[in-house]
Amino acid sequence: MAMDEAGGAPGAAKKFLYVNRKAPYGTIYALESLEVVLIGAAFEQDVQLAFLDDGVYQIVKNQSTDAIGAKNFSPTYKALGDYEVTKLYVEAEALEERGLTADDLMEITFEDEDDDWAEKPSINIVSRADMAKIMSEQDVILSF
Amino acid sequence: MAYDFNGATIEADEEGYLVDLSVWNPDLAVLIAEDEKIVMNDEHWEVVNFLREYYDEYQIAPAIRVLVKAMKKKFGGDKGSNKYLYELFPYGPAKQACKIAGLPKPTGCV
Repeated sequence: MAMDEAGGAPGAAKKFLYVNRKAPYGTIYALESLEVVLIGAAFEQDVQLAFLDDGVYQIVKNQSTDAIGAKNFSPTYKALGDYEVTKLYVEAEALEERGLTADDLMEITFEDEDDDWAEKPSINIVSRADMAKIMSEQDVILSF
Repeated sequence: MAYDFNGATIEADEEGYLVDLSVWNPDLAVLIAEDEKIVMNDEHWEVVNFLREYYDEYQIAPAIRVLVKAMKKKFGGDKGSNKYLYELFPYGPAKQACKIAGLPKPTGCV
């Protein structure tokens, strides 16, 4: 059966941060991370994502995998809002070091239940220093 | 396992999910449904077609909670409920409907 059909665990949800550091294709890390995120979200935990280093390439827009024969799973990041994963932190320095800006990233949004389902951006670009602070506030950090 | 479809053998995994998603067609869906003891009606098709659209857009089969929420948004509260979906697909809406829709097992299903 679906794991989320088992009901939420007793006690408060823990804060999970999934740290993504690798390019989307060539290794399985990015896809595995995304799948674990979706499973974790189905358990109704408080799930957040961080994108550092080459991990920022995972959410770059207009990806095409035709030439490498791999599945382009980038559209799945846009489903994260449906899974109530609404906080994606992207490190500003990592973007800058790769010549990328916020405009190079996919539009990933969520509908805010507490604000009449207004559509809001899920991506937050934060400095390296703020990223360290975000990490220090987590219960569980999983690195991919 | 495999489905015998008009004399052709359609490959499926041990739980009955299609191995090659591209071979799916509505007649094959009816056959898979029969295997699940489901006679497809308009309500079943609405869910199956919705799942296929969701997969087309996001490249995943949604978990049940997500399906319920998305159905509610599109079709209203009567259809966006666990009860409604379980009545249509008694052995788990996400699981059975995804199988009939020719999609992989929803992420988060064990």
